[in-house]
Amino acid sequence: MGVYSTIGKNIDEVTESLYKGKSGIVLDAERKEYGFRSSLTGVIERPNLKGILSRRERVGLPEQGEYAYIATMEALKNARIDQDFLNRYEVGILYGNDSSSTSVIEAADIIREKQGTMRIGSGSIFQSMNCTVSMNLSVILKLKGINFTISGACASGSHSIGLGYLLIKQGLQDTIICGGAQEVNALATGSFDALSAFSVREDEPTKASRPFDRDRDGLVPSGGGATIILESYESAVKRGAPILGEILGYGFSSNGEHISVPNVDGPVRSLQMSLKDAKLKPEEIDYLNAHATSTPVGDANEAQAIYKVFNKGRVPVSSTKSMTGHEMWMGGASEVIYSLIMAHKSFIAPNINFENPDEHSKYLNIITQTKEQKISTFLSNSFGFGGTNSSLIVRKI
Amino acid sequence: MSREDVVTIVNDFLIDEFELEESQLAPDALMKEDLDIESLDFVDIAVIIEKEFGLKVTSEQMIKIKKLEDLYNFVLDQSKN
Repeated sequence: MGVYSTIGKNIDEVTESLYKGKSGIVLDAERKEYGFRSSLTGVIERPNLKGILSRRERVGLPEQGEYAYIATMEALKNARIDQDFLNRYEVGILYGNDSSSTSVIEAADIIREKQGTMRIGSGSIFQSMNCTVSMNLSVILKLKGINFTISGACASGSHSIGLGYLLIKQGLQDTIICGGAQEVNALATGSFDALSAFSVREDEPTKASRPFDRDRDGLVPSGGGATIILESYESAVKRGAPILGEILGYGFSSNGEHISVPNVDGPVRSLQMSLKDAKLKPEEIDYLNAHATSTPVGDANEAQAIYKVFNKGRVPVSSTKSMTGHEMWMGGASEVIYSLIMAHKSFIAPNINFENPDEHSKYLNIITQTKEQKISTFLSNSFGFGGTNSSLIVRKI
Repeated sequence: MSREDVVTIVNDFLIDEFELEESQLAPDALMKEDLDIESLDFVDIAVIIEKEFGLKVTSEQMIKIKKLEDLYNFVLDQSKN
C-alpha cells in the first residue's frame, strides 16, 4: 500500500500523524478571495515529477494523478513489484475518481477568451476525463490487465477495492492496482461549497472537522492519493510478497432516495452484506473506520446504522476524517490504508475533536484518544452522493 | 524577425519545454526520429508558437514538418504572411 495525503506523504509519515492525532486542515486564502462560504481545506504539496516522468507522461497527468502516481509507486515498492513484473504479468488497475475539474475549467477559460481551441494544448483532454488516473497510470506503468475507473462519488475508492476483490475472487485477474485520488484546489470544490455543506469554523481550522461531535457544522474538503495492491493469495505467496491483509467481505447498497441526503437503511444493508460476505458476526469486528464526514445528518444516520448492526454499537469506532478532512474520491481507499496501518501497529487512531456526543453518537464507542489495541479484523465504511454505500472488511495478516 | 532570432526562440522552448539538449538541435535533426517529437507534441508546439510569435497555426499545418529546419522555415514563412 502507498499513500500521499494531507497528513503525510508516505506510509511512515501518515503512521506518525495517525498516532499523534494530527490534523491536516488549514485556511486557504484563495478561497476567501473567490468568495467561498468556507475557506477550510486539507492542504497538500504538489509533487515535482520533472526528471521522474517524461514530458509526455506529465502533460496529461492532472493534480490528483500526481498524488496517485506517488502513492502507487510506494505501494508497488512495498509490494515488491517492479517494472519487470508489470511487463511479464497481466496486472490491472481499477481506480476511484469521480471528477477532474481544473483542466476542464482552464480549457473553458481559454475557449471563451481566445474564441478557439488551439491554445488548450495536448494534455487537457487526458487530464479532463474521469478515467484520467487509471488511463495515465496504465500507460506509465505499461499495464496489461483490466483498466478503468470507478466513479461512485465519495465511495469511489472503496468500491474500487471491492470490485478488485470480486474480480480476483472470480479468478479473472491475479493482481490489480486499486485506490482513489482527489484533487485539492479551490475551483474543484466551488460547486460543493455552494451546497453549504462545508464547515465554517474558520477560527479553528484543526477543530473544524469533528465527526459525530454534537457541535459539528459540516465537512472539510481534502484529498490526495491512496493505492492498495490487491493480489490473489496464491500469486502473492508464490512470489513471496509481503501480505498485509486479506479482504474478507464487500458490502454495497444504494439508498434509493435523495441525491444528497443519506439515510439509515442503505448503510445498514451495506454493513450487513459485508458481514455476511465475510461470514463474520458483528462482535468479530475489532475496529470500525466510519465514513462520518462531520455533517449533521450524515454522521447521525451512520451512528444509527452502526448502532443497529453492531449489537448496541460497542465496536470501537473512529472517523479519520477528523484529521484528514473529507478526501472524497480518495477516502474509501485511504481509510482502508489508515486502518491497515492501525492494525499492523496495534493502535486505534483517535476521532479528534469529539468533545460532546449527540443523541445518536452517545450510543457508540467512539475512540477520542489514541488507544493501544490489537486489531485483527476491521471494517471501513464509505458512502456517497446518490446514496451509494460501500463497506469493506479486512483481516490483518 | 531574423532567422537567428527564430532559431534562438525555437531552440529555447525545445530545451525548456521538451527537455532536449542543445547538442541535439541540429537543423537537419528529424523531429520524430531524432527529437522524439510526435503528433501530440505538435499541438503544444502550436500553442507555444502562437504565444512566442503571435502566429495562429494549426497542428495540421505543423504535421508536415519533418526536420527542425522545416520548423524554423515554417515560422519565418508564417511571419511574412
